[in-house]
Amino acid sequence: MVELAQNLIDGLGRGSIYALLALGVAVVFGVMHLLNFAHGELITVSGYAAFWAITNGWSWWLVVPLIIVVAVLTSLVIERLAFSRVRGASQFTLLLTSFGVHFVVSAIFLLYVSASVKNFARPAWTTQSTWALGPLQIETFDTVVIVVTILTLIGTNLLLQRTMFGLALRAAAADFDTARLMGVRSDTVIRGAFALSGLLAGIAGVFWLMRAGSTTPSAGIDPMLKGVLAALIGGLGSLRGAVLGGFALGLAEVLLRSWLPGSIAGLTEGFVFALIALLFIFRPQGFVSVAHAERV
Amino acid sequence: MLEVSGLTTRYGAIAALRSASLHVGSGEVVGLIGPNGAGKTTLLGSIAGLLSPDEGSVRFDGADITGAAPEKLLRSGLALVPEHRRIFVDLTVEENLRIGGITVKASERAELLDEMAETFPVLREKWATPAGYLSGGEAQQLAIARALMSRPRLLMMDEPSLGLAPVLVDLVFELIDRLRSQGRTLLVVEQNAHRMLEVADRAYVLRSGEVVTSGTGAELAARDDLFDTFVGGA
Repeated sequence: MVELAQNLIDGLGRGSIYALLALGVAVVFGVMHLLNFAHGELITVSGYAAFWAITNGWSWWLVVPLIIVVAVLTSLVIERLAFSRVRGASQFTLLLTSFGVHFVVSAIFLLYVSASVKNFARPAWTTQSTWALGPLQIETFDTVVIVVTILTLIGTNLLLQRTMFGLALRAAAADFDTARLMGVRSDTVIRGAFALSGLLAGIAGVFWLMRAGSTTPSAGIDPMLKGVLAALIGGLGSLRGAVLGGFALGLAEVLLRSWLPGSIAGLTEGFVFALIALLFIFRPQGFVSVAHAERV
Repeated sequence: MLEVSGLTTRYGAIAALRSASLHVGSGEVVGLIGPNGAGKTTLLGSIAGLLSPDEGSVRFDGADITGAAPEKLLRSGLALVPEHRRIFVDLTVEENLRIGGITVKASERAELLDEMAETFPVLREKWATPAGYLSGGEAQQLAIARALMSRPRLLMMDEPSLGLAPVLVDLVFELIDRLRSQGRTLLVVEQNAHRMLEVADRAYVLRSGEVVTSGTGAELAARDDLFDTFVGGA
């Protein structure tokens, strides 16, 4: 019982990060119908920024905002340089473009920085600190991740529900052409979506990098896979679904790892993929199904 | 106010609209009638920036707006109630109206919301309801109210009575009449030609992508020959 509760908290912590990544993928998919396989590159680039800053003696308190700002800027730059040129193109073109961006970003770090792993010091509290809740030993790190994620989700919800920008984003996601007929500027809403997606990836990136303590040219693949998979599990295009998908993926990973016998625990990822495959056989649209207006 | 000349729009090799010309003066209600596939929706789409015309020009208050983006055209005072209404079904009635007023100042938007609640009592009753739950007639009123939220100087409507029960068709034409009496300028595409000619100051008849004739509502209504070829026009 204690072990289960412990695992659930661990899973929620992990799932929180995935939820933030998936939400960023879903926001961009909503307005552009782009499944962004370059989403993880935001973490690659901020990872190198974190490495550079920490090597130069910055404290983590400054590295945190740096990671977030770099993720937002990277997201906007990628939109401007790559995705703005393929707006309205077929989903296949968009998909290939995002793969292209992923490879180009990796290659830039490979060529101009180094192929080797760059390690940086993690804040002490992310590894050693725990606190007791009855019989449970809860990691401070998990607690912080879960609380920050919940606050971020509340903030995102307020942004989407209460502001004209949020309203424009939702309208554009539902029916882009009609939103433009109402005067919603496509540039504003698409760049805004990329900025929001970058912000969410930046917050997720802070935790991801605190946990990893390193970065490599291909460091973006793992967070990208988690974000894209969670968005798919949740139902592509649904923001709520993406968040649910993130938490489900985190919980599935942690629970499977603890339930599988030691000899095959190394295959956890494989089992998670098998579960996802099963889900798509029975519910190909994911948890939440979204009706998309036909585009003219 | 609106001056369309020689507008041609192609889908691939097929010209859905061939050298169409028309004009709408300030305060006029102009109808655009014709059978299915005559190019009426293509013409409105080409004016409103949803489609890029291949030839010809569109001028609005003297300025050349040919091929401009819809969000830009809306800001210059030209709004379109699209075919099939295209309301945002997951957004509430109020949110749909707010989106319609995204280009006006916040204080003005609040005034306009009050105005719409007053003009369209059915909408006020369903203010916080997702628009997907509205009936066809309610949804049409929402689509029109949403377009009015931008204070357009020219309002274009694409098939506002399409798919509505007869009693609601009456309501739509009453609404067009009411908007006319408020001095608004309207360009309305309608398959329901007889009803449209009753409320229109002037009308154009489109067939196979070409403007075949035009005249005042009364003149065209008297020409029985026009209606023989219409599908569902009688």
